[in-house]
Order: sequence, then structure tokens, then C-alpha cells
Amino acid sequence: MISWSPGIFNYLIVVFLMMSGFYVVIAQGNLIKKLVGLGLFQTSVFILYISIGYIAGGQAPIITDEVADYYSSPLPHVLILTAIVVGVATTSVGLALVVRIHEAYGSVEEDEIHARDWADDNALMEAELEVIAADNRAAESGNESKGNDNKGKDNRQADNHSENETTSKEEGMQ
Amino acid sequence: MIAVSAIRLTDLFAVVMLFGVYSLLTAALFMDLDAVDVAFTEAAVGAGVTTVLMLSSLHLTKRWEATPRRNPAVSLIVVGVTGAALVYAMLDAPLLGDPSDPVHQHVSPRYIEQGPTEVGVPNLVTAVLASYRGYDTFGETVVIFTAGLAVLLLLGVRDDPRKLRSGMDLVGDQVILRSVVKVLIPLILLYGLYVQFHGDFGAGGGFQAGVIFATGFILYELVFGEKVARAVVPPRWLHRLAAIGVLIYGGVGVYSMLAGKAFLDYSALAEDPIDGQHLGILLIELGVGIAVFSVVLLIFYAFSGRSRQQ
Repeated sequence: MISWSPGIFNYLIVVFLMMSGFYVVIAQGNLIKKLVGLGLFQTSVFILYISIGYIAGGQAPIITDEVADYYSSPLPHVLILTAIVVGVATTSVGLALVVRIHEAYGSVEEDEIHARDWADDNALMEAELEVIAADNRAAESGNESKGNDNKGKDNRQADNHSENETTSKEEGMQ
Repeated sequence: MIAVSAIRLTDLFAVVMLFGVYSLLTAALFMDLDAVDVAFTEAAVGAGVTTVLMLSSLHLTKRWEATPRRNPAVSLIVVGVTGAALVYAMLDAPLLGDPSDPVHQHVSPRYIEQGPTEVGVPNLVTAVLASYRGYDTFGETVVIFTAGLAVLLLLGVRDDPRKLRSGMDLVGDQVILRSVVKVLIPLILLYGLYVQFHGDFGAGGGFQAGVIFATGFILYELVFGEKVARAVVPPRWLHRLAAIGVLIYGGVGVYSMLAGKAFLDYSALAEDPIDGQHLGILLIELGVGIAVFSVVLLIFYAFSGRSRQQ
């Protein structure tokens, strides 16, 4: 199926796999699929190392009675062997994070999570605005009340507004 | 290699299964490239444990992927440019399988020529793993242990026997499945022990054995249910076992330091340096095996216990 003539065929496969994994990681929105992409990327690196250690016509690096001319290099094998097991451990940490994210957000799609984050931030900002406005009213109850009229409008406007209010509050404190 | 088409599918179940097939193919490729130990590990880990873990987290989340709304063109351009740069770099890479490659010129000849006499272990991968690069392997073991801790912090393992499912409601009482698995599990465990203690001579070692052993128990829990499985191996044992495994490894190193040699210099363990090497490798492989086994099983418990809570 695949010819093992000396060449760079393996390296081309490695690049192809690596780029597939890379594409999945940056282009797909689903977090579990991103982890699969990361796994693809990871195995492509494994294949690269093992290909480097290979010698055509060599033997697996286990010394037997019949002496071979060449043994493939044991060093990359060791590195990759441990890397695989570490890989499954780190992947499971990633999966655990995904599970917790799903419990918190009800989704594993990046877009939906971002949307939820924005919504939460906005809600938080509204709530802070309410508090600041209430403080303001309390602090300046004797003075003229100002600036509470455009509450709950466009966020950017509201943001500026909150800054104005904070400064005015500080002035009031002084 | 064709399993890469996995990325086009939106059914995540199919994606995960294809990923398992892909791992098995990769293992076959490693076998062909004379890397038997690596092939072994990849087959046990990639095709076995990773698939089970991914399936359990799929069970906890959603099976179907939302249709992507964004434009893939930008990502494709980035990927294309990076890939082109890599291919350009690869054109200068040494040819595959040539004995005069730089890889085979520096430390590898020493490992291959001196390894059998210095360490006295036929499997050079084990010799390098446990003896020459024992520091690295100790680091990897600690990383695995830490990853297990992280998963426990994130998901937690409930240790309350009253809340465990009996397992009948999961797969039903399937006589064929249970009978087959009953025969299989002792074989798997026996094979795990063989791999553990035969790692000096053939392919195998603590990492593979730990994973195979854990696979046996995962299979047991999948078929017979949590209640029975956790009666056999309670999670609180595993917490301690994981730590004990790492401590055995570190303890061997500290012992050799106390005996006046360098950290993890096994010749301190016995009168004859070669005997010391044998003993040291056996002990640290045991430590690695225990640590990997308990961490993998703990992680699986964490995921499967999570599904019970929902």
C-alpha cells in the first residue's frame, strides 16, 4: 500500500495530519471536536518522531540472540511512549473542563458560550449601574438628582454613563 | 489515514469512534516502523482509554454538533500557509530510514552498544526509559499524577455506596455480554501483569501495564455496573495507590542518594551493579504501573460518577 523507499513521504503525511488537527482546533466551534483535533495534532508529532527513529532494514530495539545490523533508535520511542500516556492524562483534564463548562453554560459550542458570557456581562453591568445609581441617589438626596434618565439603554452609552456617575459620586464624597 | 475525514462529520459519536479507529491504524503504522513499545501503548491508550473517556464526556454533554456559522476561509488560509512552510522545511529533512541520519549519530549508538552491558536489559526502550532517562520518566509520572489530581478537583469522585447504580439499568442483563466479559477480564489482568514484569525482556513496561490493568476494570464497571466495580476497587484506595506509585519511584531515587550514589542510580541497590539495575528498573516500573493504573481508573470513575449525578 505504502512504499517505504527512503524519502519524505512520511513527513508529508505528518504535515497533512498536523494541519488537519490545527484546522479543527482553530476553525471548529465544538469544544469536544477541538480536543479531537488536538489529538490529531498530537499523533502527527508522534508519527514524526517515530519516523525519524526508523532505519530501513533495521530491527526493533530489543536485543535478541541474532544480532541485527541496525536497530531503530530507542530514544524517540521512549519519548513518545511517555508522551502518549501523558497525552491521555491531559486530554482527560480537557474533557473534565468541557464537562464542567457544559454544566455551567448548558453548551459546548464556543459561539454560544461567548454569547452567554456577553449576556452575563451586560446583566452584571446593568446590576452595577442600578447599585451605583441607588448610591448616588442616597448620597445626593439633598442635592439635585441627575443622570438617572437613560438607565437600561444601549450598553456603550450606559458604560460611559456609569463612569460619569462614578466620578460625580467621588466629587460628592469630597 | 483516511480516518481524517472525521473532521467533516457533525455526529460527535461517529467522530469519536473514527478517532479510535484512527488510533488503531496509527498503532499499526508504529509497528511497521519498528516501534513495538510505542505501538503497544498507542493501541491500549488511543484506541481504548481515550475512546471510553471521550464517550463518557459525550454522554455528559451533547451528541450533535451545531452547524458552524463562521467562515472557514480565514482558518484555511492560515492552515495552508503554515502547511506550506512546514513542507518547505521538510524538503531539507534527512531521508526516511537512512542509517546516516543525525538521529542515529549521537546518543543512540551509545544506548544500543553499551545498553546491554551497562544496564543488562534486552529491551533497550526499557533501559533508556527507566535507567538512562529515569529523571524524565519520573517527571512524566508526576505529570500524570497531577493530571489525575486536576480531574478530581474538577469533577470529584463520590464515595457513597448507597447512591451507586447497579448497572442493570445501563445495559440491561445481557447474558452473552456478561459471560464473555467474565472470561475476558482475568485474561486482561493476567496479560497486564505479564506486560508489567516482562517489560525488561520484551515490549512492555509500567505505562502499558497500568493502562491495560485499568482497561480490565473499566470493562468490568461498564458491564457489571458501578456498585460491583467500586466494591472491588473503592475510589479511596485509588487515591492512595496513585500517591504510593509516585512515592515508590521517588523513594528508589532517594534510597540511592542515601546510599551515596546519584538520584536514581540503581547500582546502589545491590552489590552487583547489573543486579541493582534490574532491581531498580523492576521497582520503578512497578511504581509507574501502579500510578498509571490508579490515575486512569480514577479519571474514569470521575467521569462515570458524574453521569450519575445528572
